[in-house]
Amino acid sequence: MAKPTNASLARTTSCLHPLPIRIIHWINAIAIFIMIGSGWKIYNDDIIFSLLRFPDGIVIGKWAQYGLQWHFFGMWIFVLNGLAYLCYGIATGRFRRKLFPISVREVFVTIAEALRLRLRHDDLTHYNAVQKVLYLGIIMVGILIVISGLALWKPVQFSELANLFGSFQNIRLVHFFCMSAIVIFIVVHVTLALLVPKSLVAMLTGGPAIDDEATGGARIVPGIETMR
Amino acid sequence: MAIHTRTPSIFRPQTPVDQSVLTETRKLVDCINRRGLLRGAVSLGALTMLTGCDVSEIDPVQKALRAVSAWNDGLQEAIFRKHHLAPTFSPSQVAKPPRFNAYYPIEDVTPVDGATWTLELAGRIEDKQPWTAQRLYDLPEQEIIIRHVCVEGWDYIGQWSGPNLRDFLQRVGADLTAKYVYFICADDYTESIDMPTTVHPQTILATKYAGQIIGDPFGYPLRLRTATKLGYKNAKWIKAIEVTNDFRDTYWSERGFNWYAGI
Repeated sequence: MAKPTNASLARTTSCLHPLPIRIIHWINAIAIFIMIGSGWKIYNDDIIFSLLRFPDGIVIGKWAQYGLQWHFFGMWIFVLNGLAYLCYGIATGRFRRKLFPISVREVFVTIAEALRLRLRHDDLTHYNAVQKVLYLGIIMVGILIVISGLALWKPVQFSELANLFGSFQNIRLVHFFCMSAIVIFIVVHVTLALLVPKSLVAMLTGGPAIDDEATGGARIVPGIETMR
Repeated sequence: MAIHTRTPSIFRPQTPVDQSVLTETRKLVDCINRRGLLRGAVSLGALTMLTGCDVSEIDPVQKALRAVSAWNDGLQEAIFRKHHLAPTFSPSQVAKPPRFNAYYPIEDVTPVDGATWTLELAGRIEDKQPWTAQRLYDLPEQEIIIRHVCVEGWDYIGQWSGPNLRDFLQRVGADLTAKYVYFICADDYTESIDMPTTVHPQTILATKYAGQIIGDPFGYPLRLRTATKLGYKNAKWIKAIEVTNDFRDTYWSERGFNWYAGI
């Protein structure tokens, strides 16, 4: 166990979203915006679903080449920033503390609470089971969209990887469905952030202080009340 | 929602022409005209100017995006595996006829007269004597059944045969330590590839598709087919080949598409 002095140091310096997380989050927001907007432009060049073509007003790049240019620029931001996030999350134990353990029973309880509009959100520092599943899920989707993107970009150089998908068009489908999952996630994520504005504020200011030493991420400062 | 399918017609290739690139090129030309403010001032073009603003067109932004694209060229060169072969397929998977693509619609293809056509050679090549189609047909043939991947997202399996590009260049005494091989086409299209791609075992000068002489829309009498590049790098209706150390932009790279375009 840590000595009291260390613990108190951690308590004074640690908050819900440490600065690196906040920087990574907002860089990611920009990268996702570029990737999805330009990806829609690229999709429009050879649509997969006959009923779906993204309106010109919501795509990035007036011409196909601009869409491609933005996509192959944005990918660097998305991938490098994503790697930084994964390294940080693993190295600091943030993933372990915030996202685990996930209780299946709690997932159902939380869903039931949410449906009855009785979801508690007064404690930002503790993720409920549904949040854990969604955050873990979206990280996995993020990894899969990069892997499928690599296979799309280099189906010959990385033919071993591309072959896992079966066909070239399958890779496009996987890439497309990952994008769809991210879009749905963003809709939910942004809606909830606007419904609980203090969560949005926390991603800018860092949010309430927490005790990093406790595995459950238990809060030691009742800062929630003062933040309202 | 159904997977998008196209209506077949007996007069056209089985997979109809995808004209999106062509449409875009047309718009590009129109857009340049609009810069003269002639059409825009008197027509709905003015409206397009108001709404069609694109940050990608701003000079410094476009410069930066192209710089990233050039950086990506270097990365693609670095990860290129010289001896790695692209997946090949069986004759039963081959699309017949191949899918047409060019910077104009299939109706606008000007057929090349094979009887008078010759292949000119230029640059770092010892024997620059032009080649007739018949002499090319007499060379040993290599057949590759590979996937064609278009930058737009579609793909098909094609069965191509003709002389291996590396063998051909060795035969005419080309400098295989040079950096680029440049192709000039009968329709004024230009394309160039790097030397590692040129000497890759799955890069050929195709004269036949599925065992038959290539049809007019698909590059008769001579086209490039390389397994490691996107579709647009595979120059059709080739009339001249130049081996050179000088980098020059090509038809699509001038217009902002990635030059290396490796797959």
